[in-house]
Amino acid sequence: MDETIRIQVNGEMKDWRGGMTVADLLRELEIATDRVAVEVNLEILDRTTFAEYRLRDGDRVEIMSFIGGGTLCIGEGTSMIALHG
Amino acid sequence: MTDDRLIIAGREFKSRLWVGTGKYKSFAETQKAIEASGADVVTVAVRRVNITDRSKENLLDYIDPKKYTILPNTAGCYTVEDAVRYSRLARAAGVSDLVKLEVIGDEKTLFPDTAGLIEAARILIKEGFIVLPYTNDDPIVAKKLVDIGCPAVMPLAAPIGSGLGIRNPYNLKILMESVTVPVIVDAGVGTASDAALAMEYGADAVLMNTAIAGARDPIAMAEAMKYAVWAGRLAYKAGRIPKKLYATASSPIEGML
Repeated sequence: MDETIRIQVNGEMKDWRGGMTVADLLRELEIATDRVAVEVNLEILDRTTFAEYRLRDGDRVEIMSFIGGGTLCIGEGTSMIALHG
Repeated sequence: MTDDRLIIAGREFKSRLWVGTGKYKSFAETQKAIEASGADVVTVAVRRVNITDRSKENLLDYIDPKKYTILPNTAGCYTVEDAVRYSRLARAAGVSDLVKLEVIGDEKTLFPDTAGLIEAARILIKEGFIVLPYTNDDPIVAKKLVDIGCPAVMPLAAPIGSGLGIRNPYNLKILMESVTVPVIVDAGVGTASDAALAMEYGADAVLMNTAIAGARDPIAMAEAMKYAVWAGRLAYKAGRIPKKLYATASSPIEGML
């Protein structure tokens, strides 16, 4: 159960603690659970399942939120995208 | 103007100026500009959270979702799949079913891919989204979007960020006459007179980002836009005089020597 798992979070491959839930992951990354969307292997999770959803080796996780864009863009690969209203 | 409310899909909006939140120098500037604009709808993009630097502030710390309607967009999406995926993410992250749907067709012009737009809108409406589509100034496409259930349409005035103003006023007028839903002129506004003109033509609202954020003084421009939209709306409701080629005296002839 406590073996490490290798998962990709927002494009970044890293080792994490085995058996961890999405809520654990968000806590460790210091991301507040409100106003984020979490997608695991292209499936969007219901916010109410964050605490139960256990991550597995090889999972691809995307944690998304709202931004203004332009010079304030967050995350990789977004700086070249023209954003507007 | 307080009784002149804009209603879309049963929601009431106080302001007929909607603003984007991109391209500002700081969140503080974004906040001040939005306040000066008087807008109650602000658009945001959906992107990955920065997981390596959590010190970065969050836009929503500056724009209170209780005070403003947060309208997520699908900016940067070039395919139906991406636009649908980002819309679903926005709904999962947010509090409402509203989405400003963009399916971009081309990087250079950022013109909408209207075929893709209709397809994505159809999927999202079936899933219960309130789809506000960013579209071309094409009345036929606008009618199709309304037919499939869009409660408003958002035609462009000119390419995104171009500041060219209304490039095809006649198409926009035909579009406004062709649909029964609110029309929000979106993209291409350069300065206050462009916004006023859009409202004088009969637009129900104007959405802009670059014209404010890119101005030398964004906060002053935001205020200018507020008055421009008001003035344009009032002029539209007041009913302008017809244009004539020759003069008509406005002072009486009687009593002259």
